[in-house]
This record gives sequence, structure tokens and C-alpha cells, in this order.
Amino acid sequence: MNKSRRDFFRTSSMLGLVIASGFYGSSNVLAAEWKTNSFGAKSLADALKEIGVDNYTISSDVSVNSAEIAENGAVVPVSISSAIPNTEYMAILVEKNPNPLAVAFSIPSGTDAAITTRVKMGSTSSVYAIVKADGKWFAASKEIKVTLGGCGG
Amino acid sequence: MADPMRIRAVLVGEKVEAKVLIRHDMETGKRKDSTGALVPPHFIQTLTAKYEDRVVLDTVMGIAVSKDPFISFKFKDGVKGGKLTVTWVDNTGDTRTDTAVIT
Amino acid sequence: MKCISKYIFALLVLHISTYTLAQSSSTDEIAKYRELLADGNPAEFWEVRGEELWKKKITPNNVSLEQCDLGKGSGVVKGAYVELPRYFSDVDKVMDLEQRLIQCRTMIQGLTYEQATAVPHGSAGKPSDIEALVAYITAESKGMKMAVSIKHPKEKDAYELGKKFFYYRAGSHDFACATCHSKDDQRIRLQQLSNLVNKTDAQKTYTTWPAYRVSQGEVRTMQHRIIDCTRQQRFPEPRYASDIVTSLIMFMAKNAEGGVYSAPALKR
Repeated sequence: MNKSRRDFFRTSSMLGLVIASGFYGSSNVLAAEWKTNSFGAKSLADALKEIGVDNYTISSDVSVNSAEIAENGAVVPVSISSAIPNTEYMAILVEKNPNPLAVAFSIPSGTDAAITTRVKMGSTSSVYAIVKADGKWFAASKEIKVTLGGCGG
Repeated sequence: MADPMRIRAVLVGEKVEAKVLIRHDMETGKRKDSTGALVPPHFIQTLTAKYEDRVVLDTVMGIAVSKDPFISFKFKDGVKGGKLTVTWVDNTGDTRTDTAVIT
Repeated sequence: MKCISKYIFALLVLHISTYTLAQSSSTDEIAKYRELLADGNPAEFWEVRGEELWKKKITPNNVSLEQCDLGKGSGVVKGAYVELPRYFSDVDKVMDLEQRLIQCRTMIQGLTYEQATAVPHGSAGKPSDIEALVAYITAESKGMKMAVSIKHPKEKDAYELGKKFFYYRAGSHDFACATCHSKDDQRIRLQQLSNLVNKTDAQKTYTTWPAYRVSQGEVRTMQHRIIDCTRQQRFPEPRYASDIVTSLIMFMAKNAEGGVYSAPALKR
């Protein structure tokens, strides 16, 4: 393994298992790296900084799609998408969560910049989609209300 | 050994619509069990999907992804009969790889 | 004076209309939440595990559940759930699915009652075999119509007892099931409450249990739903798999007659 790849993977040793298995063999796309600093950041601003966002523009070409009310915060379906050409990275951040960064996706060319997943929300909060395209950052947000269920469950 | 993933990959028009459902507790490490002890964190950190040899999605997840994660995405240049392979690795080093044939 | 009263009236109408608009848009958003969740139900994992458990030979008798008669013959799983609860002549009583599973796990597989009823409700790291078996068996009735019979005198008795229980007020809040579930258009916070004595509502509700409950991260059965309701009503909780729970299930299942079964579902 050459030096740049070794440096790249030094922060997440478990990926070594995957490398050793030859999974990333022929592909040139660098695997996304799990970083304690970005997932451990405690504010939206810190999480964005850790991801590498210097500044971002709110764009109507980025969207966060979800119901406005989640019956339970444990499972909130969220779809993020970007119509900006060359979108290579998208992340979901839940502003009021203790650690706002929930999940991030590297989007290789050929894959739609549109992902649906389910996140946990500790309380009613704005949910952000942050995307990177051609070296620039864009974002959109939507407020999702989290309710307490009928009888409390 | 973790449960196999449920992967559905269907060619719709020019794109493959992929849906991945995973059995995983995604423990945050902040929950207490009935004795009052903290349940240690146990969550998927990375997930990668490949169509044949080509990476079609690379994901890093934290504790805020819901238990029994679900991800859906689309990619082009996939054909019926082609293979979609998904691998996840969690913070304990546990891993799972499953393959689905595109229909 | 006339001007002011017209003004007040207009304000009142505006207030009421924005209130009802807010109400209906809450309902719409919750409907959207449920719709967005519908794709990709983790209950499938429980169904797979349940099928494995059904076919697994276990100690002490080293037999699987494939000899278990759920009412349609030995080993017949397809369509069994939509006819439960029912009278079983081998035990001369009415049983629901979970009671019948305990019966088979003890009499055929040789487990003790304690072993057969251990972990009726799973949690993270401690899965429930019962919930998995119920998920598998109920999935084998998907698409079929509810067809519970009350022809046998004991089935009729169970239905009547269930009805009595449904209307029985007790506990610190003096609630009965009927307090919340016998009128149209009632809600608790933002949850619409189903009217279980209205046929359409009863069908819609009963045919979506068991369900993977996102608030629990587990598949929960009708037994769990009822026992949890009684807890929330501030009733003394019935014992798991007791006859009173079966009788209430009988009442609800019969009221849901003709409804197309579509569980395991995914719910809050």
C-alpha cells in the first residue's frame, strides 16, 4: 500500500479489513472516511467546519424532502437531493441533535444525487442537506416537527 | 454473524433503483439498560455499494442513523442480471457483505 | 355595535377555519410520514427469523413446529392467522395465535411453560422468538380476508367476554377501551384513535397488526398492543397470553371480518 493511501486510512483502522479483502481493488474513487471529529462535533457550525465547509450558499437546487411531522423521532424518513451538476458529496445534519452530522454520502459519477434514508431526531429541528459540487458548498433545510405519540409511546 | 441485508435492485427505464434494508441495532452508546448501565455504542460506520466493479455509493454513518437502517438510491448504466454488492462495517469491526441481482 | 359584532364574528370564523386547517394539515403530514415509511419494512427480518424458528428442531424433543396445528391442519401456516382466535378441540378452549404457539412449543417441542413464554417482547440485544414466529405466521396470511368464526359456543363466549371487557371501566382513570375506541374522529394529541366498533375502522386497524413499531425498534404483536394499552389506561396489566387478552382479540378480530389482512406493517 503506498504512503498516501496509508495516510488516508490511518484514522479508521477497521477499514483495513476491507482493504485487505481487496474490496477497493480496481476503483479509483477514494472511500469515504469515518471521522470522529465530524461525527463528534456538537454544533452545526462545528460539524460543517469538520466536514470542510468554509462557507455555503442556500440553493433552491438542493432539497430536503420529508413529512413536516414525524410521529416518532427514532425513525424520520428524509430524502436529500441536488440538481447542481457534478454533485460529489451530500450530507444530512440535524441541527438540534447532540451531534448534528447524521450521515454523509460520496456520490460517484453515474449515481443520482438523490438519497433517501432514515435518521433519528432528538426533538423538533431544522434538517440540513449540505452538498459539494465543483469545490463549492450548497445547502437547503427543512423544519421537521417531532411529536410525542398519542399515549406517550 | 449479522443478519443478511435485504437488497432490492430493479431496472426502471435507464436507471437501477436500489433499496437496502439492514438489520442492525445502531446503538448510540447513550442508552441505559434496565440495570442503569450504559449500553455500549454499536453502529454501522461505513457502507459501500458496488455495481460489478464500480463503486455506486459510499456512505459514512453516525449514531443518528435509525435502527435497522434503510437507504435508497439510483444509478445508471446497470443491466438486468448485473450484480449489486453492498458491504457495511461497524464500530466493533463487524462486517457484512451481500449481493443482489438486478431484475 | 353592529360593526363590532360583525368584526368579532369574522375573527371567529377566521380563527376556526385556521384551526381546522391546522388540524387537517397535521393529519395530512402524519399520513405523509406513514407513507414515506411504508417502503422498506424491517419486519421482514423477523419474518425470515420466524420461518427459520418454525422449521428448527429443538431440544428436548428434537422436533420442529412443522407438526403444529394452527387450526387449518398440522403444519398449515398459510391463511391460519385470519381464522384466529378459534376453538381447538385438543385443548377444549379458544386460543389466539400466541397461546397456540405456547401450546405447540410445550406439547410438541417439549419446552416448559416458562421456556415457551420467555422473552415475549424483544429488545435490542435480546430478540424474542415469539415475535419472530408471529411475524412469519401472520405474513403467511397477507392478502387474505379476516374470517374468524364464532359458531362454536366457546368462540361465542370468548367474543362476548371480549366485548364486556372492551366496555369495562376501571382503574384510576375510569377508562374502558371504549372510552378512546368507540367513537369516530377522536384523537389523543396528534394520533387519530380508531373506532373499533365501526366496521371499516376495525378492519383497517386489526389487519395492520403485528407491526414493526419504530418507537420500539421491534415487531410488536396484538398481545403486546393490548397489554400496553391496559398499562396506558392505568389498568392492572393482564398476564401475557392470558384468556382475557384472547377474548378481547376475539372481539376485535370478529369485528374486522372481511378486512384484507396486510400485516406485518410498519407503525409509530
